[in-house]
Amino acid sequence: MSAAHDQGAPGPPLLALRGVSKRYANGTVAVAGVDLGIEAGGFVSLLGPSGCGKSTLLRMIAGLDPPTAGGIAWRGGARPSLGFVFQDPTLMPWRSALDNVALPLRLAHVPKAERHRRAREMLSLVGLADAAGSYPRELSGGMRMRVSIARALVTEPEVLLLDEPFAALDEITRFRLNNDLLRLWGLRRFTAVFVTHSVFESVYLSERVVVMAARPGRLHADIRLDASSHRDEAFRTSPAYAALCRSVSGALEGAMAA
Amino acid sequence: MSAEGIALPRELRLLGLRRSTWPRILAPLLMGLLALGAWEFAVRHFEVPAYILPGPVAIGQTLAENWASLLGSLAVTLRITLLALLLAVVTGVALAMLFSASRWVEMTFLPYAVMLQVTPVVSIAPLIIIWVDNVQAALLVCAWIVAFFPIVSNTTIGLNSTDRNLLDLYRLLGASRWQTLFQLRLPAALPFFLAGLRISGGLSLIGAIVAEFVAGTGGNSSGLAYRILEAGYQLQIPRMFAALALISLSGVAIFLVLSLLSHVLLRRWHESALGGER
Ligand SMILES: Nc1ncnc2c1ncn2[C@@H]1O[C@H](COP(=O)(O)OP(=O)(O)O)[C@@H](O)[C@H]1O
Ligand SMILES: [Mg+2]
Repeated sequence: MSAAHDQGAPGPPLLALRGVSKRYANGTVAVAGVDLGIEAGGFVSLLGPSGCGKSTLLRMIAGLDPPTAGGIAWRGGARPSLGFVFQDPTLMPWRSALDNVALPLRLAHVPKAERHRRAREMLSLVGLADAAGSYPRELSGGMRMRVSIARALVTEPEVLLLDEPFAALDEITRFRLNNDLLRLWGLRRFTAVFVTHSVFESVYLSERVVVMAARPGRLHADIRLDASSHRDEAFRTSPAYAALCRSVSGALEGAMAA
Repeated sequence: MSAEGIALPRELRLLGLRRSTWPRILAPLLMGLLALGAWEFAVRHFEVPAYILPGPVAIGQTLAENWASLLGSLAVTLRITLLALLLAVVTGVALAMLFSASRWVEMTFLPYAVMLQVTPVVSIAPLIIIWVDNVQAALLVCAWIVAFFPIVSNTTIGLNSTDRNLLDLYRLLGASRWQTLFQLRLPAALPFFLAGLRISGGLSLIGAIVAEFVAGTGGNSSGLAYRILEAGYQLQIPRMFAALALISLSGVAIFLVLSLLSHVLLRRWHESALGGER
């Protein structure tokens, strides 16, 4: 637990889940009785084996699916602005990278010149200034995911939800995008909730790892990581990183056995 | 980042077409020429009389001699064909939008659309010609019946197979029903619609010809089918073949134009239009 966390006022968390459960129409209990508070500005990973209800939980947080029991409360009552990044880039193949990024602004009736300016700015922030006119088909997997992240951030949301966004990418690209995401988080200071099944990724990115157990999906461990160390490629090979990975990995094994 | 290139490798071009495209044009063309040559040779060698099987040269001559009247008939048939196709597009897309808007509408009306599709148009054409006073309108209805189903069914599938995540995203972004329809579901259905359109193009020509056969209309506003009937009665087999050739060529032309349209519209984004690349 870093000092930075202790300094924060102990006020209500940005997001509070109370006994949140989800039973699908076919009887599957995907999530059962999750209690979780998430502070503003943090980077939280939801870690668990596939099928443990991570996506279901994230979708409920986004308001895409209602919980069947329990409640989700945002500080101040209203849902803040959200960005959502899916596992697939989920781009419209008939639109250029620029138009894909500008989509949230277009749906909000932002004038064309303004939305193009902001989409361009966002594209250069993810290192794709030159690809504005390219279509998704013409981009690599990593570039498509960058476009997808740019689209999620173009409205400058307070909260960014990501559902295993890098799972389908090769390791080199994934490492690069990890660093890009951290850089963007440092720049914009949104609250990040990052779903992953990778121990290494969760430890590299987050200040806090919430480990989930499966059948039914529930919380197993809530691990606060020391956020003071600088996250960069050197960190990946440091003993501190290895130690953190070992402890989170142990918690995950416990969750699998539970 | 800069290592990930975005430019596609350019293939060598010949007269504006990709080099790999040329065999696709030349091979069938050569095959056709060979077949025509063999046909002409056989007709001459075995001295087949022209009233049984005319050779390509005789057919070509007849086509040239009767060019004006055949062209007039072609225009009549093509007018019905294109009008029917246009009508099929408008009604087909509208119906598909209704179908995808409500499961109830789809469940209620789809069986009848299927029934209309599987009933051979030849068998209902006489009824339609009796019911509809105007012959042109009757022909139009017949051609429309044949042409509209592929558009309805393909567009409905397209509208219903929109990426679920994109639909969620639109919902998350607070998109209105209309924004979702016009900016997401209709564009996503475009490749499906175009595939249906290509089938319907050929079908509407067939529908128009079949209806003309049944109607057997005379006078100077009659289409190619009438030319065939007329030539048949008069045992002018070369003229029959000339009319037949025009029909086939029109069918091929319609298919090519619609394929080109599809290619131009989908060039930048859809797998089906990226044939030669990668
Ligand atoms: N729409 C659905 N209907 C029924 N069961 C579902 C649905 N979505 C997910 N599930 C089930 O709920 C469980 C959790 O799924 P999910 O949240 O996708 O897990 P994760 O994202 O951790 O892999 C799984 O057993 C899955 O089969
Ligand atoms: Mg998932």
